[in-house]
Order: sequence, then C-alpha cells, then structure tokens
Amino acid sequence: MNKNKTLNKTSRMNFITYGVVIAAYVVLQAMVSTGSISSTLKGMLVPICAYVVMAVSLNLTVGVLGELSLGHAGFMSVGAFTGVTAAIALQNVIPSGTLRLCIGMVVGAIFAAIAGVLIGIPVLRLKGDYLAIVTLAFGEIIKSIINNLYVGVDANGMQLSFLSDKTNLAEGGKLIIAGPMGIGGITKLSTFTIGFVLVMITLVIVFNLVNSRSGRAIKAIRDNRIAAESVGINVTKYRLMAFVISAALAGAAGTLFAENYSTVVANKFDFNTSILVLVFVVLGGLGNMLGSIIAATVLTVLPEALRQFSDYRMLIYAIVLILVMLITNNPTLKGYLNIIKQKLVRRKPAAQTVEGGADNGK
Amino acid sequence: MKHTTKKLLAFAMVLTMLMSLCSVFALADEGAAFKIGGTGPLTGGAAIYGNAAANGAQIAVDEINAEGGIQFDLRYEDDAHDAEKAVNAYNTLKDWGMQLSLGSVTSKPCEATSAETFADRIFALTPSASSTATTEGKDNQFQMCFMDPNQGSASAQYISDQGLGTKIAIIWKNDDVYSKGIRDTFVEKAEELGLEIVSETEFADGNDQDFSVQISDAQSNGADLVFLPMYYQPASLILAQAAGVGYAPKWFGVDGMDGILTMEGFDPALAEGVMLLTPFNADSEDEKTVAFVEKYQELYGEIPNQFAADAYDCVYAYKQALEAAGATPDMSAEELCDAMIEQFTTMTFDGLTGEGMTWDASGAVSKSPKGMVIQDGAYVGLD
Repeated sequence: MNKNKTLNKTSRMNFITYGVVIAAYVVLQAMVSTGSISSTLKGMLVPICAYVVMAVSLNLTVGVLGELSLGHAGFMSVGAFTGVTAAIALQNVIPSGTLRLCIGMVVGAIFAAIAGVLIGIPVLRLKGDYLAIVTLAFGEIIKSIINNLYVGVDANGMQLSFLSDKTNLAEGGKLIIAGPMGIGGITKLSTFTIGFVLVMITLVIVFNLVNSRSGRAIKAIRDNRIAAESVGINVTKYRLMAFVISAALAGAAGTLFAENYSTVVANKFDFNTSILVLVFVVLGGLGNMLGSIIAATVLTVLPEALRQFSDYRMLIYAIVLILVMLITNNPTLKGYLNIIKQKLVRRKPAAQTVEGGADNGK
Repeated sequence: MKHTTKKLLAFAMVLTMLMSLCSVFALADEGAAFKIGGTGPLTGGAAIYGNAAANGAQIAVDEINAEGGIQFDLRYEDDAHDAEKAVNAYNTLKDWGMQLSLGSVTSKPCEATSAETFADRIFALTPSASSTATTEGKDNQFQMCFMDPNQGSASAQYISDQGLGTKIAIIWKNDDVYSKGIRDTFVEKAEELGLEIVSETEFADGNDQDFSVQISDAQSNGADLVFLPMYYQPASLILAQAAGVGYAPKWFGVDGMDGILTMEGFDPALAEGVMLLTPFNADSEDEKTVAFVEKYQELYGEIPNQFAADAYDCVYAYKQALEAAGATPDMSAEELCDAMIEQFTTMTFDGLTGEGMTWDASGAVSKSPKGMVIQDGAYVGLD
C-alpha cells in the first residue's frame, strides 16, 4: 500500500516536470513566433536548455548517485569540441543543419561517455572528498588538453597534432580546433526546438533510469554502500553507469551550447562553469529534477535581468543566491509551505505520512 | 507566529523594493540621437580595457553632443571577457534599439558578437578586438586597431630595423588567442629577418603566477631582448620577478602591455625601459591628444591608454562617416549599415591613433604603429 503511494507520487512529480517543460516551451515558442519576446531572452533560450541539461545530468551524479563531481564542465567541453568538430567535418556531406547538429550531439555524447568511462574507472574507486578533488583535476586536464590540441580536416581526412600546429593541411583543408583559439567561424545550428527536444530526452532518460531496477540500486549505494554491497549489488558497475550517463548527457549539452555561438574556447568550460552547474543543482535541491530545471533557468536569466544595476550586478546576484539558500532552508518558511501543502492534500489524509518520509529523504 | 509573519512581510517588502528599483532604472529614450552600443569587460580580469574604451567613447560622445549637430546616445554593457555574456550583452543593446555598434573590446567576445551583428545587419566598428576572425568574411565589421598578425610582424620589423636586440626570448600565453596570434606572426617574421630566437617559453591560465622557469630559461640562453606578447597583468609579474633575480634584458611588449602603469599595486619603476608598440602616445604634443589626455585625467584620474584613444576615435569616425553620408537618427540600423560600409571603405580619417587612416573592404585599418618606451613612469615616443 505504502509503496504504491510513493510510486504514484514520484510518477506524478515526473509528469509535473514534463508538463512544466512542455508548457514553458509552448509559451516561449508562441512568444518567439509572435515577436513579443525581447532579443535578450530570445538569445538565452538555447543556453538555458544547455544549462538545464547540464544541471539535470549533474543531479544524477550528485543527487541520485550521491557523489560530488566538480568537473562536470569537462564533459561539456569534450562534447562541445568533438560535437562541433563532427558537425564542421560533415559540412559538405550533409546539407541539413539540424541533422548535422543531431549527429554532432550524438558524437559529443559518445566522446563524453568515453571520457566518463576513462575517468570513472579510477575515480569511482574513491569516495567523497577524494572523488570531488579528482573530478576537479579532470576538468582542468580536459581544458589543458584542448588548449593544446590542433585538429584539421583536408582531402586526406582528419589531421591531429599536439602542442603546436603541425597538421600541414593539404590545399583546401581547414583547421577546425586551433588550440587556445578554440573553434571559430561556427555556423550556428542550435535552435530552441532542438534544445527543448534535448531537455525532454534527458528527462526521459534520467527519470526512467532513476525509477528502474538500476536506479534503485544506484540510490541504495548512495544511501548505504556497505548494505548495498552486502545484498549483492555490483557497486562499481552501478556507480559507473550513473556517472557515464551523466557525462554523455553533459556532452550533448556541450554540443548544443557550442553550436549556439560562432566561437568556442576551452577556457569557457573551466572550474567556474562546473561550480555554476553545481550551484543550479544545490539550489534546485539534490535529486529534485524540476528544482534543477528552475534553478538553471532562473540563475541563467538573473544576471541579465540585473543589468540595470550595472556595477552592482554581480553583488546583487550573490545576495539573491544567499537569500534563496537561507529562505529555502528556513524552518519557519518550510513550516508555511507545509501548511499550504497539507491544505492542498487534505482530501487525502493518508498522503501526509508519505510526505514526511519524502522530506526526510532530502 | 506573529514573528514569522513579520519576517515574511519584511521579505516581501524587500522584493517589492527591488522590483520597483528595476523599473526606476529603465532609461528614458530620446528621439534625435544615434544609438551607439558596445560590449566590453567592465568587470573581471580585463576590466581595464573595457572601462578605458567605455570612458574614451563617452568623452567623444560628450564632446560631439556639446557641439550640436549630430547627437549620440552611448551605452556600454558588461561582457566580462566571455563570448556567451557578450552575446547576451549585445542582445540587451539590441533591445535598447542600438543602431551602430562598437563591437566588443576584447577579441574572443567580439568574434561572437560580430557573427550576431553580421546576421542582424548592424554596422560594427570595434575599437580594440584585434583577431582576424573578428572581421573575416563579414562585410560590416571594421576595426580601429591593428590586427594581431600585423602587430607580431610589425614588432619583429621594428626590433630588426632599430637593432634593438639579436638574441630574442619570447614568453607567451598558450591558451590565449591574442597572445598566440601575435607570437605566431612574430616568429615567422623574425625568421625572415634573421632575428635569432633563443628561448621560447609558455604559460597558461591558472599557472600565471610564477615565471621563474621562463625567466631563467631566457636568462640562461643569453637573450638580450624579451618579447612579451600578452596583457599587462602577467607582464607585470614577469617584470617584478625578473628584477628579483637581477635579470635586466630589454623588454618589448605589444598593445596589451598598455595599462601597466595604471595597474594598482604595481611599481612603475619596474617597467622602466620597457618598449611597446602601440598606435597611441599619450605624451604626444599633438593638440588633439593633449586635449583628450587632459580631459580624461580630469574625469577619470588617470592617463588614458590606447583602448580609450581607439574608442574615442571610433566615435569620431562614426561622426565623420554619418555626416558624409547625410544620415539621420531615424534611419534603421540596416540602412545605416549600408551607408557606413560605403563610407568606411572610401573615407580617410585622422584621429588620435593615427593620421590618414583608411579601411579596406575586409574591415582592417591601415595606420602605422608608434614605438614607445616607458621613462620615469610615463610613455615616451621612441622616435
């Protein structure tokens, strides 16, 4: 009986999340087509989608798997550079921009997943602080590698070189990744619709994973690793599964993000970006996907909305962050919220016990 | 309970106050002025450049508006030297109704915004974004500064012509577009001119605090001139650390070095004798320059650098082009764009940063750089 109730609650929450995302898309798309949206907001639609995917995928690692990762931007970077390279290399083969972007995102996701496996095998043997520090280092390593990587394409195929440009491209060849200069002259392919589709795919993957047998195993590992091991759960396998899926989604988000600008550099995906995404996750609530989505959206729009404060913009941004942290953790305010919640669900008194249980779980 | 209600109320009041502030700050628009907008790093590590450009442009706008005739409305938005934020800032300016753009102050953000101005058909004249990618393939993107490749080869040419050094060391930042662009063409030109490069060392973001390895490499290889294609912050550390180990070669910088004297906490004595190639000389006896420097000092309390002068020139170049084209503020950005492309490719402009400047269709400017040396804490012309 009780189990049934919780299941219903999670799936209800999932459908609310889908509903919110779809509604937001429909409203914004309508605003775009009628031209009633400001250029500022219109320009931020794709980055918001990319950050939402980043936040949801990091939430899988931090909220569901329970490991603090400080290198999520590293996967985004891998995805951005491989995905964009693929899209540029296919420029003459596939005329459709949308298809090229989709292939780019798949390539980005695959490479990010490979990076996830490579980093995951050693890193997931660590716990807690150690894991956080190693992922942090990983993000920096990716940044350094890409800053020294030169990739070109010519009639003879792909040319790679390291440290300095030794690609020696044949006539008509094109240098795609130019070390510290990153990728320039990108044809913008990302659209809000593709961003929305990626967000939906991410949600479907994450929700289904979390509610599956594997998802329960992952959560069991988070809650008590020794107990999970003792009942025969393969800890390494499930931790790696969550980590790699998280990395792959970040890779796709990276491609989406990079294809929205005419240029991308490795320094963009530094430690600060990782922390930014982590802030989305923490503010939205660990394990709470809808929270991540809202936090990513609000915190991406907020610095732009505060432009009229000019010099004090980032100060106010920081104050807002602190206020949100304090308010969401304020017991009296939480009490108010609970009263409202209880009023709403008074029709079903049985739900109250479940409510309490779920809150403790956070 | 009462207590919590009070708290809630207080919070709600804070929120409403913030909201009302937002609406108060919304700017009232005036009809009869050309709206010029630009993005630049007004905060963060490169803020000296953004603020200098914004200040320089503001002085020019104030002067022109005081004269009567063409009127300008200037707005600078912060991009924190980041491509994503630059596009956001650009979109904010577009919402404001920008007709002419000053692009972005730094290279990478300008590359991103130039794609936007190109797509939106808004004419852009950047004061200082020097990479080739900024103007490449875009007919409505123009530059007021030299392109990076030109700076590198011009520096090598200058060193060779003036016989400043024979054994050259280069320290450059290998994750920076600006630094790499200059270094590449410098090395190429140096080879051509027979300058010997005895040491070449790099650094990157994150390990830009300790330069002992780079300095000792240059020293042990007997370099008599060290070329520093970088911005002024790392350069200031290199100068300080080299002085610490008693290494005193000739130092040669590029326009990113401009600003080192006004940097907070930097001892100008360390920069004594540093040479740099920049198009602007604040010590020039030229009447226009003297007036500009005086005004800048009066308003902002420091000697203007090349970025300020470039931005100042940009606004005056716009004025000249708009007057020649007979443009009026009620023209759309697209009409202005076509008129400006026509004017800029044909006109000759005299400004603080050069006489008889012309632009070719690619958007690159042609003007000659000035060699400068730092003496007694001030920039002095070399020639």
